[in-house]
Amino acid sequence: MEWLSLSDEEWTAIRLSLWVSSIAMLASLPLGVLTAYVLARGNFWGKSLLNGLVHLPLILPPVVTGFLLLLVFGRRGAVGSFLDQYLGIVFSFRWTGAALACAVMGFPLMVRSIRLSIENVDRKLEEAAGTLGASPAWVFATVTLPLILPGVIAGMILSFAKAMGEFGATITFVSNIPGETQTLSAAIYTFTQVPGGDAGAMRLTLVAIAISFGALLASECLAQLVGRRVHVQ
Amino acid sequence: MTQGRLIVKVRQTLGSFSLVAEFQAEGGVTALFGRSGSGKTSLIRAIAGLSRPQHSHISIGDDVLLDTARGIFVPSHRRRFGYVFQDARLFPHLSVRQNLGYGRWFAGSRSKEGEFDRVVDMLGIGQLLERRPDKLSGGEKQRVAIGRALLSSPRLLLMDEPLAALDDERKAEILPYLERLRDESAIPVIYVSHAVAEVARLADRVVMLDNGRIEAIGTPADVFSRALDRRDAGAVLSGEVIAVDPAHRLVTVGLSGGKILVPNADVEPGRKVRLHLPERDVLVATRRPEGLSALNILEGSVAGIEPDGEGMVRIRILCGADCILARITALSVERLDLKLSLPVFAIVKTVALQR
Repeated sequence: MEWLSLSDEEWTAIRLSLWVSSIAMLASLPLGVLTAYVLARGNFWGKSLLNGLVHLPLILPPVVTGFLLLLVFGRRGAVGSFLDQYLGIVFSFRWTGAALACAVMGFPLMVRSIRLSIENVDRKLEEAAGTLGASPAWVFATVTLPLILPGVIAGMILSFAKAMGEFGATITFVSNIPGETQTLSAAIYTFTQVPGGDAGAMRLTLVAIAISFGALLASECLAQLVGRRVHVQ
Repeated sequence: MTQGRLIVKVRQTLGSFSLVAEFQAEGGVTALFGRSGSGKTSLIRAIAGLSRPQHSHISIGDDVLLDTARGIFVPSHRRRFGYVFQDARLFPHLSVRQNLGYGRWFAGSRSKEGEFDRVVDMLGIGQLLERRPDKLSGGEKQRVAIGRALLSSPRLLLMDEPLAALDDERKAEILPYLERLRDESAIPVIYVSHAVAEVARLADRVVMLDNGRIEAIGTPADVFSRALDRRDAGAVLSGEVIAVDPAHRLVTVGLSGGKILVPNADVEPGRKVRLHLPERDVLVATRRPEGLSALNILEGSVAGIEPDGEGMVRIRILCGADCILARITALSVERLDLKLSLPVFAIVKTVALQR
């Protein structure tokens, strides 16, 4: 069973992957809910444009998305240089960049899931809440949000799972630096590129399977728990 | 605890439908009465702030809620009007107790001590407090919805056909609570309904609407006796849809004394419906007629002969448990020799489904 024990380097990749995926999921959540709400409820010029933009990472080759991120958020990129100069936030070749790439790749999945659940909310309930004295913001917090919670959780899990598996955009945008941007997928890829790396690749593969399965189970449990609370059939 | 007079002046055009209505209400129960499509729901939604009519003014006491000329519009959550919807619209993620507390929480300091227990007691919902809305019957849901609206400490309670979605038994269950509400609470009520019985029982004042215009305002007795002289006076029968014939766009409705064919295709079998048979479109025959284009010939017996003194007579024909009205000339009564309990055939020329 010696071959099953993980090396420090492998642990680092696993921890980094979990960290990057969690940050990507949590940081994109508010924007995801907002975008989903706007797409579900809004009626404005350019709505289909926004919809297309959100879905772009789903249909573009991940490498292309990664390259576009490099152009925009890289040190010399329009947004990247601004953030670096005024806010001190650097994306290129940092774990933050890996999180950004993962968030962008998982964003369409998250928005889709939340948008669907918002479209399913009975707007008559929101109207009723208004007549009881709740302002639109309160209506959202006390009626809409609790009712879409299962969809929000599903969206978060999808985004997390996508982030765990993300490879192309990340490696293009922030490369494959152990301890900084080398996520689980990148580490497995590295192992397969060196002679005798099969055992390491296998170990990390097992870990990846375990994490994905765990996330799936957790989402099922959460959805059931919440579903029972809000009676979503 | 009078909040002042509610003044409503609404002038609204929606597609080909226009609503022009002006009325005032103060204290007690004011019913907005009319058939579906008469504009009563548009009117109550405008009062609630759920819609924004074009050229209108709505105020209560000194508080102007809507004045399109001055660009004033107070949104529904700041009007402090309770609203009871036809479908209770309880929040499915909250318990009955939390539903009741919802508007109370936003009312804040306006809600009075002991009000919760008083309302719960008045509506008889004490044993339901810990349940979820999906575990309630239709009548219970509606009672909770009424309580929820009351507990938001409204200065006016708007009720939009609160009983229309319930069967007769449930209606009978809730009506006494509505009477208690009228008698025990000082909150003025605007009550929308198309049911004469409900309005006659609950309302102090009736605003009768037809096709977007106010036809009459007065006490229920006043308004309804006048309505009897209207052209569309007639029988209203309850039945159940038995079959739908989409090819001919006809539905078969079972009544207690037979079946009747009604033009309409948008209902599903098993649905309870009400039929309106205008009395001037019902003919009377003493023998079963043949070779007629009329689809509906019902067998019954004469249960009443009421001359109006102007040459016309209203004949009541009992078909099963239903009573059909026919308006014929006094001459026809003589020629047919109509007498009480004489077996006759009622030929129904037109019949319409009512919502």
